[in-house]
Amino acid sequence: MAYEMYQEQILDHYKHPRNRGELPDADLRARDYNPLCGDDLTIFLKTDEKGTITEAKFVGQGCAISQSSASMLTVMLKGKSVSEAKKIDPDRIVRMLGIPLSAVRLKCALLSLQVLKKALFSKELAEAETVKE
Amino acid sequence: MERAKPGIDVPRIKKDFPIFERKIHGKPLCYLDSAATSQKPKQVLDAVNEFYSKYNANVHRAIYELGEDATREFEGAREKVARFINAKSSSEIVFTRGTTESINIVAYGWGMKGKLRKGDEIVSTVMEHHSNHIPWFFLQDHVGAKISWIDIDDEGYLKMEELDRLITDRTKMVAVTQCSNVLGTINPIKEIAKKAHEVNALCLVDAAQSVPHSPVDVRDLDCDLLAFSGHKMLGPTGIGVLYGKEKVLEEMEPMLGGGEMIREVHLGRATWNDIPWKFEAGTPDSAGAVGLGAAIDYLNAIGMKNVRMHEVELNAYGLDMLRNIKGIRILGPLDPKMRGGLIAFTIPEAHPHDIAAILDAEGIAIRSGHNCAQPLMERCGIPATARASFYVYNSPEDVDRLVKGLKKVQEVFG
Repeated sequence: MAYEMYQEQILDHYKHPRNRGELPDADLRARDYNPLCGDDLTIFLKTDEKGTITEAKFVGQGCAISQSSASMLTVMLKGKSVSEAKKIDPDRIVRMLGIPLSAVRLKCALLSLQVLKKALFSKELAEAETVKE
Repeated sequence: MERAKPGIDVPRIKKDFPIFERKIHGKPLCYLDSAATSQKPKQVLDAVNEFYSKYNANVHRAIYELGEDATREFEGAREKVARFINAKSSSEIVFTRGTTESINIVAYGWGMKGKLRKGDEIVSTVMEHHSNHIPWFFLQDHVGAKISWIDIDDEGYLKMEELDRLITDRTKMVAVTQCSNVLGTINPIKEIAKKAHEVNALCLVDAAQSVPHSPVDVRDLDCDLLAFSGHKMLGPTGIGVLYGKEKVLEEMEPMLGGGEMIREVHLGRATWNDIPWKFEAGTPDSAGAVGLGAAIDYLNAIGMKNVRMHEVELNAYGLDMLRNIKGIRILGPLDPKMRGGLIAFTIPEAHPHDIAAILDAEGIAIRSGHNCAQPLMERCGIPATARASFYVYNSPEDVDRLVKGLKKVQEVFG
């Protein structure tokens, strides 16, 4: 299974990550990690007034699966609306990667989605917290 | 390199382990993860099977012959453990689920329910496994004990010069591993125990990585408490040992209450059984204990000095071969005699999980991740490592396969 997992596309995104770097003026950002592997990921998003994602970047470290997944996801996000992005589900990520994944490696693969969801919903969470106060 | 005359016949030993008949991804299993758990010889599997087939009854309870047989087998295993580590008496051997439970029994029975007071100090090291960190954190959080940690130098040795500063009159416990599960470093326990005793502190040894791999003599070490696991020394999972000096165990409170651990029970009050049974509430893993006894017989037949010599040889060969891998970082002492039979490393091209995944495709099993030693990972400034560890069934050919596998990893990720 290992060699099927490390297909050209995965290795290409791992070795040459797209959208790697910080976005200091990001509108949305979140960080999370996978304690099993020590995979660590932060995603930054910029949105325009229509709620379209204009820029998506990431920084982090970890295995080839978690990092290539983040790279590919940021590519996918650009031009999508925030509400579209909120609908991305685990199946979509698995299809995006297009490789067989064991249960353990699925966690690596889905870290990007977990961080994305945290970023997308963070504003609402923050607002909800403010209302409560 | 000229290797010493081997004291171990690996091909013959390997035949005793049914798991090596198995193929992994079509290739013979190259098992390099014994520091996590060892494989089991048929002698151990047969002993467990024989116990259930011929002797099974609840130990210490039944009056009938079968019950007496079961108790004899179970207590016989305790005797074997006592002799194996040179304890003064089998009453100093408590059967537990493993190293983790053993250390928790001490933290609870000595610390939480014992004489530990707010402001008392515990000294440990930065290289401990989580199982020798967390139980002391409980005492920090619930009793108000203060923990300090002995640091390591760049080679992975404990900074022994820190001992005099850290071990003070307030120190009540010094809890240290005999062999690091990541660095491989073998620590000078005798010296540390002596320092602990100078201030009337106890010395607890995490021997999970030492008892399976080398001769360990608790009376020579003069440690007060020592913990290890059966499953890392060819025995079954679910059985482990807490050794404690008689006086120390007598003064500890039990962690679990229930059957077996009592002498007398009345409504609302009870008195405890003698050691070691005071700590063994509930029906014990008697078959596991018997399996551990068989594992000890197996190791004794090889000879623990031979086991250790074999692993030093594999260390020497492994370190030599791995050092040729471009960019590799090997953790811990580079002297093969100063480390247990394990080598943790990183390579720049690939994350340890990716290394492990490629090696798996080649039939090679290694550990990858933080090795349950996150504070040590932090100290070394790395998120994770790959780790190969050796035991009696490993040979230099396994090292060769590992090195070949790592070259594949570099081909894929380079």
